[in-house]
Amino acid sequence: MSERMKHSGLWATLFAAISLIWIFPIVLVLINSFKDKTYISQNAFSIPLGKAFVGMSNYTRGVERTNLIESFGWTVVVTVGSVALILLCTSMCAWWIVRVDNAAAKTLYLLFLFNMIVPFQMVMFTLSKIADMLSLNTPWGLWVLYLGFGAGLAVFIFTGVVKSIPQELEEAAMIDGASVPRIFFEIVVPIMRPSIISVAILQTMWIWNDFLLPYLTLDMSKYKTMPIAIQYLKGGYGSVDMGAMMGCLVLAIVPIVVFYIVCQKYIIKGVMAGAVKG
Amino acid sequence: MITMVGKAIRKWWGVFALPTFAAFVIGFLIPFVMGIYLSFTKFTTVTNARWVGLRNFSGVFSDKEFIHALILTVAFTVVTTIIVNVVGFSIAYMLTKTLKGSNLFRSVFFMPNLIGGIVLGYIWLLLLNGVLSYWGRSITFSGTYGFWGMVLLVSWQQIGYMMIIYIAGLQSMPGDVIEASSVDGANGSQTMFQVIIPLMMPSITVCSFLTVTNGFKLFDQNLALTNGAPSNNSELLALNIYRTFYGRVGFEGVGQAKAVVFFIIVAAIVLIQNRLTTSKEVTA
Repeated sequence: MSERMKHSGLWATLFAAISLIWIFPIVLVLINSFKDKTYISQNAFSIPLGKAFVGMSNYTRGVERTNLIESFGWTVVVTVGSVALILLCTSMCAWWIVRVDNAAAKTLYLLFLFNMIVPFQMVMFTLSKIADMLSLNTPWGLWVLYLGFGAGLAVFIFTGVVKSIPQELEEAAMIDGASVPRIFFEIVVPIMRPSIISVAILQTMWIWNDFLLPYLTLDMSKYKTMPIAIQYLKGGYGSVDMGAMMGCLVLAIVPIVVFYIVCQKYIIKGVMAGAVKG
Repeated sequence: MITMVGKAIRKWWGVFALPTFAAFVIGFLIPFVMGIYLSFTKFTTVTNARWVGLRNFSGVFSDKEFIHALILTVAFTVVTTIIVNVVGFSIAYMLTKTLKGSNLFRSVFFMPNLIGGIVLGYIWLLLLNGVLSYWGRSITFSGTYGFWGMVLLVSWQQIGYMMIIYIAGLQSMPGDVIEASSVDGANGSQTMFQVIIPLMMPSITVCSFLTVTNGFKLFDQNLALTNGAPSNNSELLALNIYRTFYGRVGFEGVGQAKAVVFFIIVAAIVLIQNRLTTSKEVTA
């Protein structure tokens, strides 16, 4: 027993060491966010002391130059709206597909499956033109685009879940005179709850971090999401104010870490659910 | 045969199926069909397209930069798929074996996955340039530097994700199978290669599928870390397509044709891999 304990202590130490190496890149950004920008490029690994230490000025300059607070707001609007719309619409659609199960439903399902294997580059140019034509170049326009382009995976996961729900419950409710929407929201949705959370996590991770779709469709003069704001820090000729960049990176990572700590259990489950898409 | 519930729901299509379908038409179907059509035309905006047959496609394959990006992407995908899966599996195996898949370490390894590609790119730009500056170089010194920089970045990002899937697979593996094999006198590597790995095929399928497609589609990290520099030497396919569209006037048709080729490759990988790996799965 004591032999095993000693062993697991050894392993714990080993993994603790690997973990420290693992988070080192993030710690390095944090350290450099307090360093003057000329010192960052000269020596990224030094501790910011004396002249090199600039306090919070990288943060204030970064926020000012990128308008990061506003971008944060737009990112929240885009992500929350899109995810809510995706959850509502695709869960309803998946239930309809499984229960109706006629030629139209089957075709629809195949189309959604097909959607999952098409890379974004295939549609990026035409999608951005259509978004302009239909005035979907706003954060709320993006809700529709994300619902459309991201429907595949969500419908796929939800149909899998609905297939495993026995119909007897719904039949009984119907005989009792419940309406179709009531059956869906009061019987089906509670059963689907775990998968709804998983899909919510997966879509949040995707949409929050997505760069190209909002970059090509949004009206850049009015709305920028956080990844776009950060990319804009890189000026012409490839020059980057690494000081401001470090401040922005830290501010971009903080909400993610908070989200991770709060929802960790669900995130791991969501990853597992997403893994079925093979 | 249609059930009672099915019959009742069918006429509710306008509420249940239509919203998703309408968005799907706008956000996917029309852009996709138009994309296919435009790949056979010359255009600068969608409205002035002129049919040119297969000329765009011959332009694609005579474009040296595209071929370079294609080869680089294949190499990148192979390298990252091997590294991510071997390391991810090994960490998962050791974690489950010694510390029962300790949640704390699992969380740390998974963390990079939540960060978006653009942010990741700049994090690694700092780290890699910091290291390379000791030799007076930077990540854009040559395409090889950029390539291995991206390999490091992507491995760091994805190992944790795959590890989570492998841990779940290992934990659901029946313990008596391994015991039985050791009773039968199998040594460590026999147990690993003839018992554990065959049983883990479903997880290995999923993970290799995810890493291959992620590798092929990599864009954000490429854009942020090197942006293809120096002179497109570290440019992967997705970035090459993007820059053909938005960086070269008059090449929109070629860009769209490249996108079609890209789509066909990605789709083919998914379909082949699906077929290959599902047939290799073993149940205990």
